[in-house]
Amino acid sequence: MAQRNGSDVMRLRITFSKGGPLTYTSHLDLARAWERSLRRAGIPLAYSGGFNPRPKLQLAAALPLGHTGEAEWLDVWLEEPMPVKDFARALVPLLPDGLVISQVHQVRLKEPALQTQIASAEYRVTVEWHPELVEGWDEPVEQVEARIKRMLAAAELPHEWRGRRYDLRPLIERLWLERRPELVEGQVGGGEVVLGMQLAARAGATARPEAVLDVLGMGEAFARYHRRRLTAAAG
Amino acid sequence: MQIDLSRLEHILPTVQKPGRYVGGEYNSIVKDWEATLTRVCLAFPDVYDLGMSNLGLAILYGVLNALPDVLAERAYMPWVDMAAAMREAHIPLYSLENKRPLPDFDLIGFSLPYEQLYTNLLEMLDLAGLPLKASDRDEQHPLIIAGGHATFNPEPVADFVDAFVIGDGEETVVDVVRAYQETRGDSREAQLRALARVSGIYVPRFYDVRYNADGTVAAIEPTPPHPPPRKGGEQTPQPLSPPLWGGQRGGLPILKRVVPILPPPPTRLIIPTVDVAHNRAAVEIQRGCTRGCRFCHAGMAMRPVRERPVEEVLEAIEAILPQTGFEEVGLLSLSSSDYSDIEDLVRAIIKRFGDAHLSISLPALRADSFSVTLAEAIARGRRTGFTFAPEAATERLRAIINKPISTDQMLNVAQEVFERGWRTIKLYFMIGLPGERVDDVQAIAGLARAVRAMGRKVHGRRAQVNVSVNTFVPKPHTPFQWVGLEPTSSVHEKQALLRRELRGRGLKLNYSDPEATLLEATLARGDRRLGAVVQRAWALGARFDAWDEQRDFGAWMRAFAEAGFDPGFYAYRERPPDETFPWEVVSTGVHKKFLLEEYRRSQRGEMLADCREQCHGCGILGAYGDGWSDEWRCPPPPEKPGFPGKKPGFYHTFKRGETDNDRPTS
Repeated sequence: MAQRNGSDVMRLRITFSKGGPLTYTSHLDLARAWERSLRRAGIPLAYSGGFNPRPKLQLAAALPLGHTGEAEWLDVWLEEPMPVKDFARALVPLLPDGLVISQVHQVRLKEPALQTQIASAEYRVTVEWHPELVEGWDEPVEQVEARIKRMLAAAELPHEWRGRRYDLRPLIERLWLERRPELVEGQVGGGEVVLGMQLAARAGATARPEAVLDVLGMGEAFARYHRRRLTAAAG
Repeated sequence: MQIDLSRLEHILPTVQKPGRYVGGEYNSIVKDWEATLTRVCLAFPDVYDLGMSNLGLAILYGVLNALPDVLAERAYMPWVDMAAAMREAHIPLYSLENKRPLPDFDLIGFSLPYEQLYTNLLEMLDLAGLPLKASDRDEQHPLIIAGGHATFNPEPVADFVDAFVIGDGEETVVDVVRAYQETRGDSREAQLRALARVSGIYVPRFYDVRYNADGTVAAIEPTPPHPPPRKGGEQTPQPLSPPLWGGQRGGLPILKRVVPILPPPPTRLIIPTVDVAHNRAAVEIQRGCTRGCRFCHAGMAMRPVRERPVEEVLEAIEAILPQTGFEEVGLLSLSSSDYSDIEDLVRAIIKRFGDAHLSISLPALRADSFSVTLAEAIARGRRTGFTFAPEAATERLRAIINKPISTDQMLNVAQEVFERGWRTIKLYFMIGLPGERVDDVQAIAGLARAVRAMGRKVHGRRAQVNVSVNTFVPKPHTPFQWVGLEPTSSVHEKQALLRRELRGRGLKLNYSDPEATLLEATLARGDRRLGAVVQRAWALGARFDAWDEQRDFGAWMRAFAEAGFDPGFYAYRERPPDETFPWEVVSTGVHKKFLLEEYRRSQRGEMLADCREQCHGCGILGAYGDGWSDEWRCPPPPEKPGFPGKKPGFYHTFKRGETDNDRPTS
């Protein structure tokens, strides 16, 4: 986490999308891709002190490997002020394939760390399935909605991830069927269903969309995960 | 046609580090497939994480993509999980740029920096759906080219490769592409004949090897019809010494190609999207080494030493930073301390880039006070481990290997390193060196403990000494090519001794797996008959032989047994002075006679001084007899016996920008 040490005079927040060839780039490697892009653009980055100075950058929330994101946030600290327009103009042409900036705006230096501001995340999950892969999914497609309803009505949704048991239910803020199952051409009896979900993304209380699919009985199906937006905590 | 990207998308979430397989990296070059005449795939038979830090591949990628009518793309060896997933999903091996299956390319150039990649080479051909053996391929298939350090002995993979690029590749690859373009659509035979005319190219199909009853090489002879003469036939390198091997005919040996002046280094380096080994920019500051360590393959094979001028290194860094954003630059050479202007270079880098938050790494430093000062200058307060490679722990053994440094000096330098703030020193040694005795091995432990004692005086119990002990592998084209590999049983004993002696706080020992060493030695010194063993080992599942947790030594032993060959014949056997070696199809430019003299000097414990000041006549100047350059660290060519017929002014002095192709013909 970046500390104020007097060398930073400006803090900018970048809203960006991540996808394409960077879909499989980890959180740590994404930070490095940003650092290198900013260095290419000659942005006057503020650095941490110490023997191994690092540029002061903060990503809002880790996007798991293989997930794409549409409105991710990055905070960048500068050691010299520069107009936001110039910043964007210098940076945009030097971004790698897979990073697109949609907005840059200045935020107060004293704002708390970006990670602590996030409350929840909204996902679009596109699931492909073959009946033999998904238990019970050879039932009529209307049943998808029924399953979701049942899930939301449950008082508890025990789930296990990496050997740890926890209750998934309180972490699901919203869950809905975005597009009814469609048959994909050439796939006999298979189809594609699009789910929307808004899940908690607070420190120590974060749900992965994979967990929701798992509880829905679609854990074995191939799915594309797209984080549509991050929601900041109120206040 | 592109591979099925949807199928690829479905397997990627099932494998480790899928980012290795998607391409799209910043600075990767995706040319218009249809609009480009000649398509080359540069293939690296190890995993992406290692291949991405290979500077040779980066150089050739730049050279080939600079040609408007050529595109060069990349393919790395998929990790075992991905290879299995690709086979199951029927996805052929593809290039990262245009996602084309490898058979769609005109040429595939494999980089073979080390011998343990041979089964991966076969795996990549097979994943591509290409016939493994050159004799089973024709003009319908891409030409399979291979180059890199291991190909100074091309024979163990001669069955699988159409043509080898021996030596520096920068100029040769362009000639190879041009030769291919001239024979596009011709028969494979005609294509190979055109390639064989390029200097530095070895086409194994044009030569046959005859063996003696004892399994040694009797002669290497051109197959009729005889191979075509090289361009400007009279320039064909003549035998440099009385041929010690049989049948000096048909354009053999193939003299390695040399770039007389290092071409400008690549600066538009590809930025990996997943973390890789050496995730930084690299600038080669010097090629070759004048020290003459007798065990060192690179030191013998990369002659003459060519330096890049300070100004060009600085310009390269200046160009790299805005094009890549890399936060670290590695200055590469075999021996950084020996770069003539190393002090000026370091000073200039600090002056120019000191404020740019740029780290510099300077590997391969010598154990002297000067090097410690250098390391301190670039470290800017940061202190990772300090590495020394004395290789042997006694002065007697260091005389044998020609690495002169006294134990006192080493301890003084260690003390200085600790006093200047480093807490960890890494020491590199070898066991199994010729002439080694038990007390030499014992001395490794003694020296490591003495260094730790130095550290404790300064840092107390926080001082750390990491000792890395490799087993010496006798390599072709070195003075020790006649030596046998130490038998596995005594390697085990020596390693056990070191384990016992190097216990305790502040000491850490690493050593190499004797099975890995045996395999490396066998492949390094193998002949053409080993092709059958390599292929069988691959069929039995051998892959990633350089990876301890992947290597299937049992598969190799079974493959040897089935083929009726004994690995010991290749690895353990000490060679008589007059034996013809399979790798003598290639000449590094260094006389076999010189190597033999060096071997004999080592047996007498005699050293040979660094050759920057005084030429010892290794042969490299004779081999490129009409060329010399200020940027070579060879002293100006002497007018003395041993350089027959060369009078003052005979040597052509290369100027910057001039290539070997520009060499005037007399």
